[in-house]
Amino acid sequence: MSVPVLSVRNLRVEFASRRGALRAIDGVSFDIAKGEVLGVVGESGAGKSVTGLAAIGLIDPPGRIAGGEILLSGLRIDNLPAEEMRRIRGKRIAMIFQDPLTSLNPLYRIGDQLVETIRTHLNLNETQARKRAVDLLAEVGIPAPDRRVDAYPHEFSGGMRQRVVIALAIAAEPELIIADEPTTALDVSVQAQIIALIKRLGRDHGTAVMLVTHDMGVIAETSDRVAVMYSGRIAEIGPVRDVVQNPLHPYAKGLMGAIPTLTGDAAQRLVQIPGSMPRLSAIPPGCAFNPRCSFAFDRCRVERPEPIAVGAQQVACHLYDPDHVHDQVHAESAA
Amino acid sequence: MLAFILRRALQSIGVMIAVGIIAFTMFRFAGDPVNQMVAIDTTPAQRAEVRASLGLDDPVPVQFARYFINAVQFKFGVSYQFRQPVSALLKERMPATLELATCATVIALVFGILMGIYSALRKDSFFAKVLQAVSLIGISLPTFLIGILLIYLFAVTLGWLPSFGRGDVVKFGWWTTGLLTISGLKALIMPSVTLGLFQMTLIMRLVRAEMLEVLRTDYIRFARARGLTTRAIHFGHALKNTLVPVITVAGLQFGSVIAFAIITETVFQWPGMGLLFVQAVQNVDIPIMAAYLLVVSLIFVTINLIVDILYTIVDPRLRATINRPA
Repeated sequence: MSVPVLSVRNLRVEFASRRGALRAIDGVSFDIAKGEVLGVVGESGAGKSVTGLAAIGLIDPPGRIAGGEILLSGLRIDNLPAEEMRRIRGKRIAMIFQDPLTSLNPLYRIGDQLVETIRTHLNLNETQARKRAVDLLAEVGIPAPDRRVDAYPHEFSGGMRQRVVIALAIAAEPELIIADEPTTALDVSVQAQIIALIKRLGRDHGTAVMLVTHDMGVIAETSDRVAVMYSGRIAEIGPVRDVVQNPLHPYAKGLMGAIPTLTGDAAQRLVQIPGSMPRLSAIPPGCAFNPRCSFAFDRCRVERPEPIAVGAQQVACHLYDPDHVHDQVHAESAA
Repeated sequence: MLAFILRRALQSIGVMIAVGIIAFTMFRFAGDPVNQMVAIDTTPAQRAEVRASLGLDDPVPVQFARYFINAVQFKFGVSYQFRQPVSALLKERMPATLELATCATVIALVFGILMGIYSALRKDSFFAKVLQAVSLIGISLPTFLIGILLIYLFAVTLGWLPSFGRGDVVKFGWWTTGLLTISGLKALIMPSVTLGLFQMTLIMRLVRAEMLEVLRTDYIRFARARGLTTRAIHFGHALKNTLVPVITVAGLQFGSVIAFAIITETVFQWPGMGLLFVQAVQNVDIPIMAAYLLVVSLIFVTINLIVDILYTIVDPRLRATINRPA
């Protein structure tokens, strides 16, 4: 198997606060292969966005990467000097943010912003860069790009602005795009277009995509694999089909149970997970999910579960520990 | 765009007419000018003669129309005190005030913006914290006190700079300038620092606050994610967005610099319009007071107009609102 585009190994991100360091990301590991779309889901505050920001090296103080490694096509990037990391940003890793209305500088024409980005990373002159800017706008589906290149951000609708943002992100043909809730601020009909665009770009250019969202529908439509995050840890990761149809982790089961379906029994109520995610300052010992989990037993309150391979999925839950399964079988046979 | 400028210019004329009415009413309510001009033993007949010669017995609307028509041609009547046309007095004093105000504004803008950028980009550094603390003094100390302290230090104790006056001036037609002689420049330093200090600290704090705000915005984060250089982000993207509100404040402040110049000119005996105004107040010289009011308002209104136009040059979103037919 070839080297993954992005490889995150045991990442820990901490935020300094008056009451000591708060651990926002605690031991997260995953890979994204060339051309693959990894969806990252979870509630607000689960650490999805922070993971994305860590990968592109934009964690600002008081936050910092406290441990682990991040590798881009085999090159370790989490400890690079700031200037080298800057050259990677935008050229090899791009990031798209949630709100297209505020992602563009309102005082500059979009063409100028594109040309600036292109000339920062590629060795092109003004004319060539401008030509490339028009081509990029055409590629992301902006009508009349040779005219619109001279427009200001406020002259575009929300969906069109997100297309411009995507054009800016792919300006230097990055290997990896981190999309942080790229459709959350958009209308549903526009969402589908943007998702289709990201998918097409990934396919055409072989770009790896890390898609951060809390929308399972978007994940199911776009992703090859999905990681479910909870309290700064990955609860479950696996092929999107398996995780959606056969979630293993009790939290993932709860999430999938909370998605309304058109075909389901109308009388059947959506499942609700009791309680809410703990604050970073009050993550319980053992499994972070144990206070809300109806399957929790003694071990869950003491020992933190490590990822366990079950088929193509990896799940961090003691229920799937072979010993636990063995004990249960034992107990049943004894009864 | 042209329609917008014309519309704003018309509004400015409206403001000037309102100020003209206020200036005119000063003549009606600040005592009888004839009493100021005549001796105690003047007979009532002579008083009536003076009154008629000044046109003070005409109906009020006629007087106002006459005053207004004259004011538009920069004829503000004759000073009671100096027995000279007010416009000649103002013309003589105006270069000194404008030079002082411009110099103070340039100092305030250049140092204020530079220090503001510095204290925003290095907000945790020791020097930035010192600037923040010292700037509070600049904002809270009254102008006259700063002037007196400067005079005490640099004129009395050290003897480096003159404590009053304008030094030697060079004449260009009716305009006089102190910028071309050593003594003129030396005399300009303390008054312009005194006058500009408040604006400088204000602008510094404004630039710092705005810049910190802008640096937190999504488009700056996205610019960083695009791998732009720190220099391009700070001075290309952040600074331009910071300057939009700074232009407004700086423009309005230039007007108040001219108004505040009254105090600074008094402290340093600077031969400008402000000093003329203070003397006029002491002598109830209403034509000068009214003319000063009109001239200062005219400067204010003109600056406001320029600021509005500058705004649309910097911010394309405003151009869009302006060009959209109402």
